[in-house]
Amino acid sequence: MHYPIGLLFDLLASSSALPWNITVHFKSFPEKDLLHCPSKDAIEAHFMSCMKEADALKHKSQVINEMQKKDHKQLWMGLQNDRFDQFWAINRKLMEYPAEENGFRYIPFRIYQTTTERPFIQKLFRPVAADGQLHTLGDLLKEVCPSAVAPEDGEKKNQVMIHGIEPMLETPLQWLSEHLSYPDNFLHISIIPQPTD
Amino acid sequence: MPLPARPLARAPGGEARLSRQPRSQRSRLRLARRRPRLPLAATMPNSVLWAVDLFGRVYTLSTAGQYWELCKDAQLEFKRVSATTQCCWGIACDNQVYVYVCASDVPIRRREEAYENQRWNPVGGFCEKLLLSDRWLWSDVSGLQHRPLDGVALPSPHWEWESDWYVDENFGGEPTEKGGWTYAIDFPATYTRDKKWNSCVRRRKWIRYRRYKSRDIWAKIPSKDDPKELPDPFNDLSVGGWEIMEEPVGRLSVWAVSLQGRVWYREDVSHSNPEGSSWSLLDTPGEVVQISCGPHDLLWATLWEGQALVREGINRSNPKGSSWSIVEPPGSENGIMHVSVGVSVVWAVTKDRKVWGIGCEDRAVYFRQGVTPSELSGKTWKAIVVARECDRSHSGSSSSLLSAGCFFGDEVRGSGESAPSDTDASSEIERPGPGQPLPAEPLDDSRNPTGSLASGPGAGRTTEDTVEDACPAKSGREARLDTHPGQASTLAELPWTNIDLKEPKKVPSHSAASFPETNSLSSLGILPLGLEEPYGADDHPLWAWVSAGGCAVEACAVPRWFTVQAGLSPSVQTLSLSITPAQTAAWRKQIFQQLTERTKRELENFRHYEQAVEQSVWVKTGALQWWCDWKPHKWLDVRVALEQFTGHDGARDSILFIYYVVHEEKKYIHMFLNEVTALVPVLNETKHSFALYTPERTRQRWPVRLAAATEQDMNDWLALLSLSCCESRKVQGRPSPQAIWSVTCKGDIFVSEPSLDLEAHEHPLPCDQMFWRQMGGHLRVVEANSRGVVWGLGYDHTAWVYTGGYGGGCFQGLASSTSNIYTQSDVKCVHIYENQRWNPVTGYTSRGLPTDRYMWSDASGLQECTKAGTKPPSLQWAWVSDWFVDFSVPGGTDQEGWQYASDFPASYHGSKTMKDFVRRRCWARKCKLVTSGPWLEVAPIALRDVSIIPESPSAEGSGHSIALWAISDKGDVLCRLGVSELNPAGSSWLHVGTDQPFMSISIGACYQVWAVARDGSAFYRGSVYPSQPAGDCWYHIPPPPRQRLKQVSVGQTSVYALDDNGNLWYRQGITPSYPQGSSWEHVSNNVCRVSVGPLDQVWVIASKVQGSHSLSRGTVCHRTGVQPHEPKGQGWDYGIGGGWDHISVRANATRGPRSSSQEQEPSAPPEAYGPICC
Repeated sequence: MHYPIGLLFDLLASSSALPWNITVHFKSFPEKDLLHCPSKDAIEAHFMSCMKEADALKHKSQVINEMQKKDHKQLWMGLQNDRFDQFWAINRKLMEYPAEENGFRYIPFRIYQTTTERPFIQKLFRPVAADGQLHTLGDLLKEVCPSAVAPEDGEKKNQVMIHGIEPMLETPLQWLSEHLSYPDNFLHISIIPQPTD
Repeated sequence: MPLPARPLARAPGGEARLSRQPRSQRSRLRLARRRPRLPLAATMPNSVLWAVDLFGRVYTLSTAGQYWELCKDAQLEFKRVSATTQCCWGIACDNQVYVYVCASDVPIRRREEAYENQRWNPVGGFCEKLLLSDRWLWSDVSGLQHRPLDGVALPSPHWEWESDWYVDENFGGEPTEKGGWTYAIDFPATYTRDKKWNSCVRRRKWIRYRRYKSRDIWAKIPSKDDPKELPDPFNDLSVGGWEIMEEPVGRLSVWAVSLQGRVWYREDVSHSNPEGSSWSLLDTPGEVVQISCGPHDLLWATLWEGQALVREGINRSNPKGSSWSIVEPPGSENGIMHVSVGVSVVWAVTKDRKVWGIGCEDRAVYFRQGVTPSELSGKTWKAIVVARECDRSHSGSSSSLLSAGCFFGDEVRGSGESAPSDTDASSEIERPGPGQPLPAEPLDDSRNPTGSLASGPGAGRTTEDTVEDACPAKSGREARLDTHPGQASTLAELPWTNIDLKEPKKVPSHSAASFPETNSLSSLGILPLGLEEPYGADDHPLWAWVSAGGCAVEACAVPRWFTVQAGLSPSVQTLSLSITPAQTAAWRKQIFQQLTERTKRELENFRHYEQAVEQSVWVKTGALQWWCDWKPHKWLDVRVALEQFTGHDGARDSILFIYYVVHEEKKYIHMFLNEVTALVPVLNETKHSFALYTPERTRQRWPVRLAAATEQDMNDWLALLSLSCCESRKVQGRPSPQAIWSVTCKGDIFVSEPSLDLEAHEHPLPCDQMFWRQMGGHLRVVEANSRGVVWGLGYDHTAWVYTGGYGGGCFQGLASSTSNIYTQSDVKCVHIYENQRWNPVTGYTSRGLPTDRYMWSDASGLQECTKAGTKPPSLQWAWVSDWFVDFSVPGGTDQEGWQYASDFPASYHGSKTMKDFVRRRCWARKCKLVTSGPWLEVAPIALRDVSIIPESPSAEGSGHSIALWAISDKGDVLCRLGVSELNPAGSSWLHVGTDQPFMSISIGACYQVWAVARDGSAFYRGSVYPSQPAGDCWYHIPPPPRQRLKQVSVGQTSVYALDDNGNLWYRQGITPSYPQGSSWEHVSNNVCRVSVGPLDQVWVIASKVQGSHSLSRGTVCHRTGVQPHEPKGQGWDYGIGGGWDHISVRANATRGPRSSSQEQEPSAPPEAYGPICC
C-alpha cells in the first residue's frame, strides 16, 4: 500500500528529529508488501482511483463522473507541479455539497494505527447524525476505533494526528474533511502512542 | 468683482420660508437620531407579509426576519387587510376602511398650484383690475376655475402644509426674475418670459406643497361621500393593479365589496395620493360576496349564487374596466365560495371545499388547471408547509426558540427535504401549461376541511393539505408559498382565510364550514404549553387573514420562516460554522495555532535548504475560438496555451499563445500577461467570449477576442487569466480607497489602482496603460470616495454599498475573497419596436413597403426582433415578465403606445397628424440576472444618481460623517446621514425639497452641491456644511443657451456639466464668495459621462473614438493639461474603451510628484485653485 508521505511521517517518524533522513533503495523492491508501480502512469492511475473512491463516498461519484478528462488531468498535473491553484480550481468542486444537504454522504477517511497489524480502518460514516447534529472527530473515533479514545477520566494514551497536528475531538468531521483532506480527498488519521517523555 | 451670494428662488416673505426649512430638517434629524434603524432593515432587501390574528390584531413578518411583529399602530382591530409594498388597506372591526402607509425617509408630497392673473391698464400699469370677460384674478392653470390661495384646503386631516405659498420663478428651466411674471398678448395664449410692447396681460404661478403625515398609522378613509350612496359597511377589500401603470406614478386599484353585495372602486389612489379621492359604484349582475384583484389586470369576484365574475377591459387608461363576464363554477352543484387571483392564475374554493386553480393565458379563453392534491401534497408540499395548527402545537413546545409565529414544526424536517431544493421541483410541477388542462380533482382528504384559498401572481402558490399523522393537530390548514423561478421577482399575493372556533363572529371568511371540533380543541389544548412568548402567554397567533401583496419571495432565497432556529436544524448550524466565531472558536483556533507551530517547526528552520526539484513552467492548454485579425473577420478554431513560469525572485509571469492555421500554415500569436490591461467578458446570446486588451490593442481599438464553448469554460479561463495578470502585476486583495471604478455597458464593474504619476503635471501615465481588474456584481453606476466608501446603483435603481470584498461573479476560488460576497440581482428591460405603415384601404397595418424596415425591429430598424425570437441579452439573464407596451418613450405616445412619423427614419411624436404615414410602438420585457459580488443592498429607496464627497487624504480623521447625496428614482433629492468608513451604508435619508424632479447630483470637496433638474437647468444648494448637511436653499442656474443639461460633476473647485447633445461645459467664474459662478464655457463635445475628482482632474467617457483598427463607443478619457490656472485642460488622452459607460475618479486624491510646475504655483491667483473654505 502506498501512503502519502505526510502520513508516513506522522505515523512513523513524528517524534524523530528534523530533517527527516530517508533512505532510498534502488534494488530489492519489497514486492510482497508494496504494489510495484511500473510507470508514472500507474502512479497517476492509483491516485485517480483514490480520488474516485473518495467521491463515491462523498457524492455517489456524481461529481467526479461529471468532470471531463482534462479536469482529471488538471488535478494530477496540479499535484505533480505543486500548483495549488491549478489543483484547487478542480478539487473545489469535489469539496462542494448540495445546499439542502448538510455535508457529504459519507466522509472518506482512513485511520492508521502503528500498534495493530491491520493496515487501516475504513468504514461508512456520515457527517451528520440522525438528529441533525454534526458528527465530530470524537464521534468517529468512538464509533470505529474506540481504543484510540481515552476514557473520560483516563490517561491520554494516544495522539490523533492529521497533517502533523492534533485537532480537538470536538472538531466537526465535515469541516475536517473539507479542509484537512489529503490531495486524494481522504482524511488520513494516524493514531500514534503518546510520547512518554 | 464677485457678486454676493443671493438666493434666486425667494418665497413671498422669503425669509420666513428660508428659515423654516432648516428648522424642519433639524427636527427630522433629531427624529432620525432618536429612532436608530435596525441594521437589518438598512441592508437587507426585504418585504413583508401582513396577517391578522383572531383578535383582529395586525402583524407583519419580514422576509428577512423570523418574528411576527405587531403593527406599530395597534389601536384598531381588523377583519381584513390587503397589502402592497408601500401601504396596506384594511377593513377594521368598526367597518370603516383604513389605509396604513409605511414610513419612509422620502415624504409623500403633492404640489398645489394657483395662478395670479393681471391685465395692463394705461393708468396704473399691470393691476388687479381685469376685464369682465377675463378669467378670475386667482385661477387654476386653465383660468376657468376660481382658485384663491386661502381657498385651497387640505383634502383630509392626514395632510399638512409643508410651507406657505410662494412664487415659482422657474419658467421652463429659465429663471424669470421679476417676481415670476410671464407675459402674453391676451389670456388664453402662450406666455413668454420677457415683457414686450404688446404684452397686455401677465400671470405668475404660486405653489405650495402639502405632505402626507399619517405614516405608520392607520388612517381612516374619510367617508364624506353622500351617505345615501354609501349605505352599508364594507365586507371585503382587495388592492392590486400596481403593475398596470409603471413607476413612478404608483397607481393602485382598490376594490371593495359592501355587505349588500355591491362593488366599489376607489378613485385616484396612487403613491402621491394614498387615500384616493372618492368611492364610485360599479353595477354588477348579482350580489357580490368577495373580490380579489391581482397586480396586473386580473379582477375576479364571487357572487352569492356561486358563480365568479371577471372584470374585462381593465387597462392603463381605464383601470376600472368596462364590463363583467360570468364564469360558471366548476361543478354545477357546488358554487365558488372564494377566489383569489395573481398575475396569470386564479385559485378558487368551492362550497364543497375543493380547491381549483385556473391559469389564464389570455383574456378570452380561460384554461382551467386542476390542482391535483396527490402531486401537491406528495411532491411540493411537505417541505415548505405553513402549518397553522401545527404552529399552535409546535409553537407551544418550541416557541422559546422560535419566538411566536414561525410556522414550521418538526414534521417538516422529518419529511427529509429542505426548503430551497424543493422550491424548484415544485415550481416545475405547478407551471400552468397552456392548452393542457389537467384533470381537476378535488382534495380528497375528509379530515381536512379546506375553506380558505390563496394565490400568488403566477407564482405565489398556496395549497392546503392535511398534515402527516405525526402532527398532533390534524385539522390543520397549511399553505405553501414560493415563487415561480421565472418570475422570481414578482410579488406573491397570498391571502388566507381561516376559521376560528373560539370567536366565529370575527371570522371574515365565508368558509365557516364543518370544522372538526374535537381536533381543533385538541390543538387548542396544546396551546398552554407555550413557555415564552414575546407578546405574552395568552397571545399565540391564531391567524384569521393574511395578505402577501407586498411580499416578494425569491425562489433562490426562501426566507428563514420555515426552519427552526434551534441549532437543531443542520442547515442553520452549517451556516453558523462560518458566522459565529464563538461557537467554533475553540477547535478552530486550536487547529490554526497548531498549523502555525507545525510550519515553524517543520519548515522555517530549513528555509536555507535548496529546492530539490525546480518546477518553473507549467502549461494550461485548451481549445477556444478567436476573432481573427484579418478580413473577413470570423471566429476561428484555435488552440491556446497559457505558459506560466516562476522567475528566480519567485515572481510569476505568463505568456498566452494562440495557435491557428491559415492557408494550411500553422502560425501563432502570443501575449505577455504582464502587458494585458483588461480582461472583459463579452457575453451575448450566442457566444461566451472575452476580450484581452494591451496598451497597443487599446490604441488600435482592437482587442484579442476569444470565445469558449461553455460558460463554465469561459469562466475558468477568465478566472485563470485574471489571476495570472494580477499575479504578474502584484495586485491582490481589496482595492485601495483611492481606486478608480468604472462600469461597462454590460454592467460589469472594473477597478484600477491609480499609479502615482497618473495625475502628474508632467508626463502623466498614459491612461491606456492602466490595469483594470474586474469585480463581481452588476451595476449601472458606481461612485467612490477616498475614505473607502463606494456605492453602486443597479439598472433597476437598487442602491448597493461595497462590502470590502473582492471577486464574486465568475471569479470563484482563489480569485475571490471568502467573506463579504453576497448574492446580487439586477433587472433591466429589453426593448423591441412594432412598426406599421398606413394605407388608404385598411389604415395602419403591419404590411410595410418592400423598402421598409422589419415590422418588428430594434430601435434602429436594421435588425429584425420579434417577440418570440428575441432572447435575453445573454444566458445569464432570464425573462421575468411578459412583453408589455412601454409608454415612457421620449416624444410621448397615444393611448395605445403608438408614436407617429411621416416616414421611418424620422422623429416620432405622440399624436397622429395628417402627414403621418408610419407609426411604431415600443415593447419592453423585463429580464433578471442573479450574480454575486462584494455588494449589499441599501434598502428601501431606489436611486437614480448618487455622489459622495471627494476628500483628499489630508482631510482624513476629520471625524465627521461623509457627505453623500442622491437622487431617488422618483427625482427626490436625498442626503444620507451617518455615512462613515465603518458604516459606509449610513443610517437614514434626509429629504431635501425641490420644486421639480431632479436627475443628477454631485457634491464637491468643499460641500458645494450641484444638481440638474428634469427641465435641464442646474441648481446650486446653498450653505451645506457638516453641521447642516442638507443646506438651506436652492439657487437656480440656467443651462447653456438652447441646451438641456443631464449630468453635473464637482471636484475640488471645478464644476463640469454635460448636456443632452454630448457637450461638456465648464462653469466659469466660481469663487469662494460667489460659488454659483457666472457662465458656462464649452470644453468638448462627444462626451457621454463626466467625473471630476478631488484634484480637479477631469475624466470622461467619450462616445466615439476612432482607433487604427476600428471605432470604439464608450471610451475612458483623461483630460490632459489640467492645471490650477488652467482648469479646463488642453486635450484628451484615450484609455480603455469599447463599451464603457461610467467612470468615477472621485476617490483618487493621489497627487503626482511635483516638478517644475511647483514654482509657478504661488503666482497663480489664489481664488482659482484654493478650496472654498467652509
